[in-house]
Amino acid sequence: MAYKRQIDRLPIIPADATKHNVVCHYCIVGCGYHAYSWPVNKQGGTEPSANVFGIDLSEQQYAETDAWYSPSMYNIVKQDGKDVHIVIKPDHECVVNSGLGSVRGARMAEMSYSQARSTQQQRLTDPLVWRYGQMQPTSWDDALDLVARVTARVVAEKGEDALFVSAFDHGGAGGGYENTWGTGKLYFGAMKVKNIRIHNRPAYNSEVHATRDMGVGELNNCYEDAELADTIMVVGANPLETQTNYFLNHWVPNLRGSSLGKKQEQLAEEPHDRGRIVIVDPRRTVTVAACEAEAGKENVLHLQIKSGTDLALFNALFTEIAEKGWVDQAFIDASTTSEAGEGDGSDPAHPAVLTSFAAAREGNRMSIEEAAEITGLSPDDIRKAASWIAEPKEGGARRRAMLAYEKGLIWGNDNYRTNGALVNIALATGNVGRPGGGVVRLGGHQEGYARPGDAHVGRPAAYVDKLLIEGQGGVHHIWGCDHYKTTLNAAEFKRVYKQRTDKVKDAMNAVPYGDRAAMVDAIVAAIDDGGLFAVDVDIVPTKIGEACHVVLPAATSGEMNLTSMNGERRMRLTERYMDPPGRAMPDCLIAARIANHMQRFLDEMGHADMSAQFDGFDWQTEEDAFMDGYHATAHGGEHVTYERLRAMGTNGFQEPATGFEDGKIVGTQRLYTDGKFGTEDGKARFMHAAWRGLQAPGKQEQRENYEFLINNGRANQVWQSAYLDVENDFVMDRWPFPFIEMHPDDMAKVGVKEGDLVEVHNDAGSTQAMVYPTPSARPGETFMLFGYPTGVQGNVVSAGTNELIIPNYKQTWGNIRKIADAPASVAHLSFKSKEYSAI
Amino acid sequence: MSHCDRLVDVGRRQFLRGGAFTAAGAAAAVTLPQEAKAQVAMARVEYPANHLANIADLTENEPFDVAYPDEDAPGVLLKLGTRVEGGAGPDGDIVGFSTVCPHKGFPLMYSAEDRTLNCPGHYSRFDCEAGGQQVWGQATQNLPQYTLRVDDKGDIYAEGLDELLYGRLSNVL
Repeated sequence: MAYKRQIDRLPIIPADATKHNVVCHYCIVGCGYHAYSWPVNKQGGTEPSANVFGIDLSEQQYAETDAWYSPSMYNIVKQDGKDVHIVIKPDHECVVNSGLGSVRGARMAEMSYSQARSTQQQRLTDPLVWRYGQMQPTSWDDALDLVARVTARVVAEKGEDALFVSAFDHGGAGGGYENTWGTGKLYFGAMKVKNIRIHNRPAYNSEVHATRDMGVGELNNCYEDAELADTIMVVGANPLETQTNYFLNHWVPNLRGSSLGKKQEQLAEEPHDRGRIVIVDPRRTVTVAACEAEAGKENVLHLQIKSGTDLALFNALFTEIAEKGWVDQAFIDASTTSEAGEGDGSDPAHPAVLTSFAAAREGNRMSIEEAAEITGLSPDDIRKAASWIAEPKEGGARRRAMLAYEKGLIWGNDNYRTNGALVNIALATGNVGRPGGGVVRLGGHQEGYARPGDAHVGRPAAYVDKLLIEGQGGVHHIWGCDHYKTTLNAAEFKRVYKQRTDKVKDAMNAVPYGDRAAMVDAIVAAIDDGGLFAVDVDIVPTKIGEACHVVLPAATSGEMNLTSMNGERRMRLTERYMDPPGRAMPDCLIAARIANHMQRFLDEMGHADMSAQFDGFDWQTEEDAFMDGYHATAHGGEHVTYERLRAMGTNGFQEPATGFEDGKIVGTQRLYTDGKFGTEDGKARFMHAAWRGLQAPGKQEQRENYEFLINNGRANQVWQSAYLDVENDFVMDRWPFPFIEMHPDDMAKVGVKEGDLVEVHNDAGSTQAMVYPTPSARPGETFMLFGYPTGVQGNVVSAGTNELIIPNYKQTWGNIRKIADAPASVAHLSFKSKEYSAI
Repeated sequence: MSHCDRLVDVGRRQFLRGGAFTAAGAAAAVTLPQEAKAQVAMARVEYPANHLANIADLTENEPFDVAYPDEDAPGVLLKLGTRVEGGAGPDGDIVGFSTVCPHKGFPLMYSAEDRTLNCPGHYSRFDCEAGGQQVWGQATQNLPQYTLRVDDKGDIYAEGLDELLYGRLSNVL
């Protein structure tokens, strides 16, 4: 049977409950919530005066009511050491989600640490150290002493390049302005660490260097633009599952035609219709099905390209739009460079030439027929897409097109040029900085980046995972990352990483723990012998954490005050509404304490000059880190304080802040409304981005040698690598194993039934998945859940990247064979189609 | 979606009876001294045993509209034709579910083609052959299913629910 909670009633929120502002800490959309809490020995009542809603709760409430919460929105947590009831429910007044909660965010309460209700008991409560052959709890001072002594000695003796770092750079949980600043000040301020990588990729680089180089920041519009666009073009993204409430609350109204009133009111001078959508994706996703149900099939154009051929499509669209004369010449003249770029695109730091419209048009010329051949699309569909994007509306008004993209492009073939080719279309049609436009990434996590300059990292940045495999580095600090689940070439990485860290464990086993000097000597000797000393900072035990020697427990959003911005740069403060588990601390304060300890040892070792670099880490609270970081250094940060953000609630303001008036922070709805872009001369650049096939080394050969495309990505119910979901019965009941969607013909070919476990294997490695029959899949093209603990897709992703070390997860090919019949844990599962269709 | 209004009305009368009983009990409790109230309060709600239909009223794979535990809580009975876990009746194939989406409270529509309940609000789908498991969707619960009893005469009674119903903080109001 499906998992059921057997809950038949919930405590009622009393009228005098405490209310905190909360922004969902999972995806980039950042839906507004409120946390209501009250003493555990009290409860509200059904009478209007006895509950926070002021209504009669003895009556049935109807659809979309504010006066209901699900069992997953309830828990008992600690506040100041005392048990309190808590309800974390969506905020109906937040303009982002208007009361909607997704299957991820609406479980925030249930995914909180509760001793009383035994949820998330996996959370780390104490620092752990490798002692007597296993991980053992210890004090902060003891753990930090060991970390700092080893790190300071290695840095002092071998230089900062021997310190390797993996660190989040985003907002929301495991990030935010406080924590990116804390870690950033340690590694880019006190030190200049260059062997550093980000949580989901093996280097310290932008996922969207191209658009930035062209002068167009990747989050340049507002969510309302999706309601105003004539056409939305979405590339390599599945927003119904991965930016759920942005799609439901802002895209669907346009597709349904219910935002027509808003269009007519804001853009009165031109004709309007319901929105149309062009979806570029090799896979038929639930997003495609939902768009068809809402807008009608005639308003949905699914361009089901061959995997990795986006660039050829974009160049054909660009060519067609230019030839038809559907460009915004006034915009091109006023806001883009007229100077043709120089070079041939062979510089690995800049794998394409930035140039003028005319030069890009010439350099990127691609006929529709040629693109049809490469992409597998019909020429008519490509023409239709060009027309939907750019053909002027009745009366000659410019068509408003919003161009959105995410991991299908970012983790796809030839990231830099493909990103640039899409931005080319937006610039040619004047769709940046204007209502109903924007060329935007949709995003994964929220953003929350405040760090000292990273120029010393260089470009291309170091391929950190490769260097670790090659034996480089002596100490590895890991912040909220789990390479074992979420990197490429993961099988090889794990093999080597275990060997190197085991070497240090063996050395530690040979020394009494209490003899600190001997312990540090033994560790350093093991490092000299090719070992690696690893420190993991996280909220939960991770797979890579099993290899580490010190584990430090961090607090997450809501257990600390935390600021982030969402996909329309909307910045909010999630207030601290509960205690962190045990002795867990905010990452920013952990970074500060590491800095304090390192300073002490550098002094002891007589490195006064190095020690002085570690000044300025006397923060006692996360607010101290915020004021030192975002407030003091971010663009517009001087207008932003915790007190002001608290007053701005879940709607916050859109970055950058430009002032503080009438008690409110003044923000910026859209970027580039003045037609000036992020380049030295203010002119945006086009990109000469010629098609060059599968760009990353080894991909073309892999495609030729293996039978199935192993496309991969996210599932609705699962947040990120399931680091919390792995302890959530509702999620694990549905997905005990990662699914692999296969066409029934492919299943017959391999000889498997629904629910069977299969091995996916190729030259990079092997992994396992559970067969999910999917008649809508194209034969030969599978889709596997990414980053899942019970079957790591990254094991079969080869090491090849683009010039800028952007991994190419999506273009993966492999063979599939049966491992076992469906295990008992999947016997009760539904294997029906995930697609909704109007009945 | 097919309807059988006459039988729905019969069903409604049954809940009204159950509902009135519950309301009377609640009224009585209010008049008791406070300490006595604390003593009689139960850890779980008292579910009414409501007659919803007779097996003879059901046609395989045709939804039969009901409501439980009261008329404000619409639901459906289904005779699936194949034995399922949690199924009632001599063939173990009769199931009952709430038809209010546990995500945002929209009415669910039955798809006879693949025996799922589907939400037009945000596209959630629940599998009637898998205990109401959410095939895909935004609800954080699987679909509330009825605990059914079928007597010798083929009369079908609902006697409980396994998840919280949308729009109420107590399954029995």
